[in-house]
Amino acid sequence: MRIQLERRASHSQAMQYLSPIIAIGLSLVSFFIIFVLSGIDPLQALYIYFVEPLTAGWSIEDLLTKAAPIILIAIGLSFCYQSAVWNIGAEGQLAAGALAGSILPVLYPSLQGPWVLAAMMIMGVLGGMAYAAIPAILKIRFNANETLTTLMLVYVANLFLDYMARGPWRDPAGMNFPNSKPFEDGQLLPIIAGDTVRLSIVFMLAAVVIAWFLTSKTMTGFKIRVLGLSPRAGAFGGFSRNKMVMLTFLISGGLAGLAGICEVAGPIGLLRTTVSPGYGFTAIIVAFLGRLHPFGILVAGLLLALSYMGGEGAQVALGLSDQTTQVFQGMLLFYVLACDSFIYYRLRFVRDRSHEATAARVAS
Amino acid sequence: MKKYLAVIGAFALIAGLATGASAADKLKVCFVYTGPHNDGGWSQQHDTARLALEAKFGDKIETAYVENVAEGPDAERAIERLARSGCGMIFTTSFGFMDPTIKIAKKFPKVKFEHDAGYKMADNVSIYNMRWYEGRYVQGQIAAKMSKTGVAGYIVSFPIPEVVMGIDAFMLGAQSVNPDFKVKVVWVNTWFDPGKEADAAKALIDQGVDIIVQHTDSPAAMQIAEERGLHAFGQSADMSKFGPKAHLASLVDNWTPYYIDRVQAALDGTWKSTDTWGGIKSGMVELQPLTNMPDDVKALAESTMEKIKSGELQVFKGPITKQDGSVGVADGAVMDDKTLSGLNWYVKGIDDKLPQ
Amino acid sequence: MFEGILLTIITAATPLLFAAIGELVAERSGVLNLGVEGMMAVGAVCGFAASNLTGNPLLGVLAAMIAGMLAASLFGIVALFFVANQNATGVALTLFGLGLSGLIGSAFVGVPGVPIPKVYIPGLSELPVVGTLVFGQDPFVYGAILLTIATWWFIFKTRGGLILRAVGDNAASAHALGFSVFRTRFLAVLFGGACAGIAGAYLSMVYTPQWTQAMTAGRGWIALALVVFASWLPGRLVIGALLFGAVSILQLHAQALGIGIPSQFLSMLPYIVTVIALVLISRNRALLSVNTPATLGRPFVPDT
Repeated sequence: MRIQLERRASHSQAMQYLSPIIAIGLSLVSFFIIFVLSGIDPLQALYIYFVEPLTAGWSIEDLLTKAAPIILIAIGLSFCYQSAVWNIGAEGQLAAGALAGSILPVLYPSLQGPWVLAAMMIMGVLGGMAYAAIPAILKIRFNANETLTTLMLVYVANLFLDYMARGPWRDPAGMNFPNSKPFEDGQLLPIIAGDTVRLSIVFMLAAVVIAWFLTSKTMTGFKIRVLGLSPRAGAFGGFSRNKMVMLTFLISGGLAGLAGICEVAGPIGLLRTTVSPGYGFTAIIVAFLGRLHPFGILVAGLLLALSYMGGEGAQVALGLSDQTTQVFQGMLLFYVLACDSFIYYRLRFVRDRSHEATAARVAS
Repeated sequence: MKKYLAVIGAFALIAGLATGASAADKLKVCFVYTGPHNDGGWSQQHDTARLALEAKFGDKIETAYVENVAEGPDAERAIERLARSGCGMIFTTSFGFMDPTIKIAKKFPKVKFEHDAGYKMADNVSIYNMRWYEGRYVQGQIAAKMSKTGVAGYIVSFPIPEVVMGIDAFMLGAQSVNPDFKVKVVWVNTWFDPGKEADAAKALIDQGVDIIVQHTDSPAAMQIAEERGLHAFGQSADMSKFGPKAHLASLVDNWTPYYIDRVQAALDGTWKSTDTWGGIKSGMVELQPLTNMPDDVKALAESTMEKIKSGELQVFKGPITKQDGSVGVADGAVMDDKTLSGLNWYVKGIDDKLPQ
Repeated sequence: MFEGILLTIITAATPLLFAAIGELVAERSGVLNLGVEGMMAVGAVCGFAASNLTGNPLLGVLAAMIAGMLAASLFGIVALFFVANQNATGVALTLFGLGLSGLIGSAFVGVPGVPIPKVYIPGLSELPVVGTLVFGQDPFVYGAILLTIATWWFIFKTRGGLILRAVGDNAASAHALGFSVFRTRFLAVLFGGACAGIAGAYLSMVYTPQWTQAMTAGRGWIALALVVFASWLPGRLVIGALLFGAVSILQLHAQALGIGIPSQFLSMLPYIVTVIALVLISRNRALLSVNTPATLGRPFVPDT
């Protein structure tokens, strides 16, 4: 007697919607148990983690500011992952975008105004795209595994950013501190709501809507998904796998670059030796939590940002370690991944180990 | 029913904290750390001082901290959260928190801010830092006395003025004992990566240095020196237990006297925005324990520290020659604090090119 | 000095070799586990904790292996039983492992580790040049070499290895022949976890006998790159690990010699060299297609 999965005849509509809810429920239960075991009032802890950040205007603003770059990057990554291109180096593409976008404000501080800002954004996007094109070309031309090349290039980009911010681009009036000159007001994204919510929120929402339109309404989106399901099917349909690799890398690199310059020309306000506390990696989790669907990513990004905010609150109020947040995020992703398999499979109890050696096949 | 009440109670408590309407009239003293509170180095030294505050002031104050805060927008948010949760006094303990501290201080004029290692001040923002270079000078003297090869290896993180100042002071101290002393420098581009720091220590030792100095935070280099039977200096905290035979002297950050002063001032209502740069004299920079050295070396180190305390000895007093042979500090002159805090050149004799 | 540098390179390569050999076996069964970094972190903290609490380094290594296997079984349950996306599950494992190691380890910060004695083979270790190099290493170095040979032997010379490769190359046929794909893969993943655990323990018990948050510092990812570099052949892993170790050590020597290149560019070198090595290996498609497990990263569910 053992348990195994069995493919459903057709995928379960109900599970599609229930799965994330079950996963979040299971994570909360697990968290509850962890808190009880470590002697912390679990209800209070859960309140601080997941409710309190939503009770004040300033923290909702911070939530949006934190979520915007993560969602922006995750939207781009979802294109890659749908077509089975494993770009996990968005963190480096973000740094490249921040660098490219900072060329104008750092070298020509006198240039200001809306067109300069627009140029900075475009240069940020192009910088991210250019950096993402490297692993794309290495994959297309030389067959190099992109999971590893993108990751190695993260280290390279971050070290280069460090060099630029400490070296050639250091603010001469900054007492030798490793920052660029602060950007002028005309080089910063305008605040559009409250005290801190900047224009990048609009970029993020636009990216979500455009991504939704592209994937569900256009031929390109269809091609990407077909290629992701089976590269050979795509080839028979006359789509070029290589073109698709390049396209998805450019989309994800561009959006990561945009996130980079939005951080620099937004909440940070100058170029620093590090511009991201790991947004490029968090976005991977968000992309999968949101099941590679634009609206799912929006929700997942807000949820992860909420856990960061709540984690800080829990440190202040309860003295909880910040590692707790990481554990929660990893656990949540495990549960979502496991629950999602019930969309396509159901559990079956098998009495007998022998099986007919018939049509076994590889599930893709 | 009881459970519901407990929940409502918890909510009310949190709501109270969030609006800063904490019933008791305690001063809430809060800290923002760049690493984990128990990193065994930089952040832990601040946390030790936080605990000392709790011990000293008892129920007159309460404390809280946020750890592992990335520099940038995360720092701004963490500081704002503390300000909103009723903290009357906030210590931000990394130079990268400078701009966020200034920004949030503007928003919360009633909260007292203390920023470590920066240079921007405001009416409610004090700055403070340590003259570690004084301790480095003494370390240099010890190194020159103890070294057989006449070469020390210096493991460093990033070329910010504080680090450059340390290298220069170390060299000046060593040259006061042995004018031909050499220093080899390796930049590891991290404050904290035990593996890389250990590799750097091994590389330096393989190139003939027999004493290791570090301006990074982990005790890895000390352990390598112990393994190879050589000597090393500790950083931030007392690292003697990581190298019982190798350890010479740790440059210990003691924030407690400063923090007690400042919290006392806040409680007394006499707190004002100040710029503090404390060294051996104020008890903030300590060189301890002095181990594994002959008595004459120990005596020299102690007498130098006394001279620094009394003001008889100034580390950056001329004549000091730059690496390129030009005059750094004229004979008899003393470098002023402003120049010193932006120092970006090596003194003569250092075997490295300073990253510009 | 030359001998010292070689010695340093070997110790730098050892943790990479351990982690990579485990991942190699997992990948040979068709499973891509990106969670190596997380398993190493858990191994590092558990190994350190056990050896410090008991004073016995052997128990530390054992604890690290078990911890690595427990972490790997999480991956196994989600990615193999629930057939979830392996890339995503691996990333989740890395995140979870790093976080968990921080929680476990907070009690062990600032505590020196229990030293592990080096193995000196009497007489031989006093030989000039090769003496300490070949006969005076710590036990892990010998363990890594033995493990590499044993793994090579297992993969290519035993029936078990044949099943492992069959499952990795064509899960459906292996299943049709009556082999349990799930069990083979799960065991391979567990082996990967045990090896990653030892790699972590090497860092926290030998390399720098102390525990600190995130002390694995990306070595798990390098191990993953090495497996591709080695084109899934154990012998080449040794070359890859030594090459990577050499680049990271020699850049420090270049600095200590005072050459005027910004240190950031020198620090980039190991990563750039890895990318170039990957490209050089990968462009030879014929070689790759012989050794690459054909079902790498693709889940398998039998239709019964």
